[in-house]
Amino acid sequence: MTTSVLPQAATPMKRSKLRRSISDSLVVTERNLVAYLRIPDQLFFSSVQPIMFVLLFRFVFGGAIATPGMSYVNFLMAGIFVQTVLFGSVSTSVGLAEDLQKGLIERFRSLPMARSAVLFGRTTADSVRNVFVMILITLVGFAVGFRIGTSFGLYLVAFALLILFAFSFSWIFAYIGLSASNSETAQLMAFPILFPLTFASTAFVPASSMPPWLRWFAEHQPVSITVNATRALMQGGPGANTVHWVVLTLIWSAIFMAVFIPLAVWRYRRVG
Amino acid sequence: MTAAIEAEGLTKTFGSDVRALNGVSFSVEQGTVLGLLGPNGAGKTTTVRVLTTTLVPDQGWARVNGLDVVKDANKVRASIGLAGQYAAVDENLTGRENLRMVGQLFQLSRKDANRVADELLEHFGLTEAAQRPAKTYSGGMRRRLDIAAALVVRPPVLFLDEPTTGLDPNSRNSVWQIVEDLVASGTTVLLTTQYLEEADRLADNIVVVDRGAVIAEGTPAKLKSTLGETVLDLGFPDPASANSALKLFVGSWPAPPVIDGSMLELPIDSGPSQVMAALRVLDDAGMAPSSMTLREPSLDDVFLSLTGRRTELEEAQS
Repeated sequence: MTTSVLPQAATPMKRSKLRRSISDSLVVTERNLVAYLRIPDQLFFSSVQPIMFVLLFRFVFGGAIATPGMSYVNFLMAGIFVQTVLFGSVSTSVGLAEDLQKGLIERFRSLPMARSAVLFGRTTADSVRNVFVMILITLVGFAVGFRIGTSFGLYLVAFALLILFAFSFSWIFAYIGLSASNSETAQLMAFPILFPLTFASTAFVPASSMPPWLRWFAEHQPVSITVNATRALMQGGPGANTVHWVVLTLIWSAIFMAVFIPLAVWRYRRVG
Repeated sequence: MTAAIEAEGLTKTFGSDVRALNGVSFSVEQGTVLGLLGPNGAGKTTTVRVLTTTLVPDQGWARVNGLDVVKDANKVRASIGLAGQYAAVDENLTGRENLRMVGQLFQLSRKDANRVADELLEHFGLTEAAQRPAKTYSGGMRRRLDIAAALVVRPPVLFLDEPTTGLDPNSRNSVWQIVEDLVASGTTVLLTTQYLEEADRLADNIVVVDRGAVIAEGTPAKLKSTLGETVLDLGFPDPASANSALKLFVGSWPAPPVIDGSMLELPIDSGPSQVMAALRVLDDAGMAPSSMTLREPSLDDVFLSLTGRRTELEEAQS
């Protein structure tokens, strides 16, 4: 079998720490995206769920929910977009937990690569996936009556804002994925966080219908803020308060990143 | 001779009371193979993890290629290769993509990483499978890909954590051949194994660990010679009679005899006269063995006499 000689060693490139972190992250991002393409059924089924939610709320619950100032489908789609990209962050924790379980993280940790690259590679790949799912959901929305009330430019701003918010949010899940004992647990750990945040929010119903204590939470928590920003950017209207909500969303994104990026990298260094 | 790997007084405790390493020290000369031998849970993998920088020891220090594994961790990483016992290749990537990725993470340019990947695939007989996802590979192919991934920068020091666990005899032989070729070209190898045969065949030196501590070290020949030059296996019809035969030798025989089921194993170090002496002892007691074999001692015997236990594998088989 081993008739040929071993290859000559190639010389590693001398790169600055920052260049190295970026290129390592891109290598890992590419690896994760290739994996998504190789398992198309996973991509397919992760798109089915948000589509089901669109149909469920549009045709089953929607008729019973009164929304001030806009049709329910236009109200709903902002919530669906946010919910979709947030639920997508489950794949961040499941993916990392799987890499950990299969010993890939152990190999990465023995390589002379940036300590943050495996995590940035995962969260970046999941952002790319979110772009794909967002486009798909937009098309489904159009098919069931969703219309942009402002302009295509503001829709794109909302799109970018959502990708950013989901990116920052996925760092919470990076930390969870590295802390879970296996990928099944990582998946189960997501729901106690995601369910209250997405359903006790302004995503699907106006907060005015909730009891006062819940209403306070629903009006102030970050998911509602992002939903409000998205809705304002896409539908506008009097009292949309667009700048207010967008700025608050950016602040929350910055907070998530400032806290959970260092925490997740710290966890990565000590894992196992 | 200079040491490629040095470990001094390594300790590591997991949680509050699981002491995985309890003062492990050894060194490996450049260009040699060290076999780290021990049963499951002895501390072999923990030792490898400390030496490959993925685990920081509680106490003690270690140097690889003269670099401290804690303070100069990233430089150590650039000069070692690791193939783990889980065969950590990405199942969704093809063989070529796996190797290219590792090459790029070793800071090779994409072009160089591709070239090295192709050459390694060729060298390890994986060219035909290069474009297939690794999940379609057999256990042996996967292990070869894993070892290839450890070689993308031709590291001077290679760590192989149980490289043949779970492989069929053919694949095991091809992994052994790979290790022998690497050593012939000057690579230092640290290999952990629970297979005594594997350590016997590949290792220049052996360190036996058990419960987180080194319990013996030396060349395979030296370890075996502690047991005498040969072993006399005496078979008896049942364990009870083997046991009563054992009692005749305990205390009076120069090296301690051991018993394995209905087999009594007597170390022999002074030739045929000692074999005759053994038979006279049995004859005087009115006992006769049902079978008799003279053989070279195996590392299995060494392990048994050091720990009083068979290796886990042997236990599982018997």
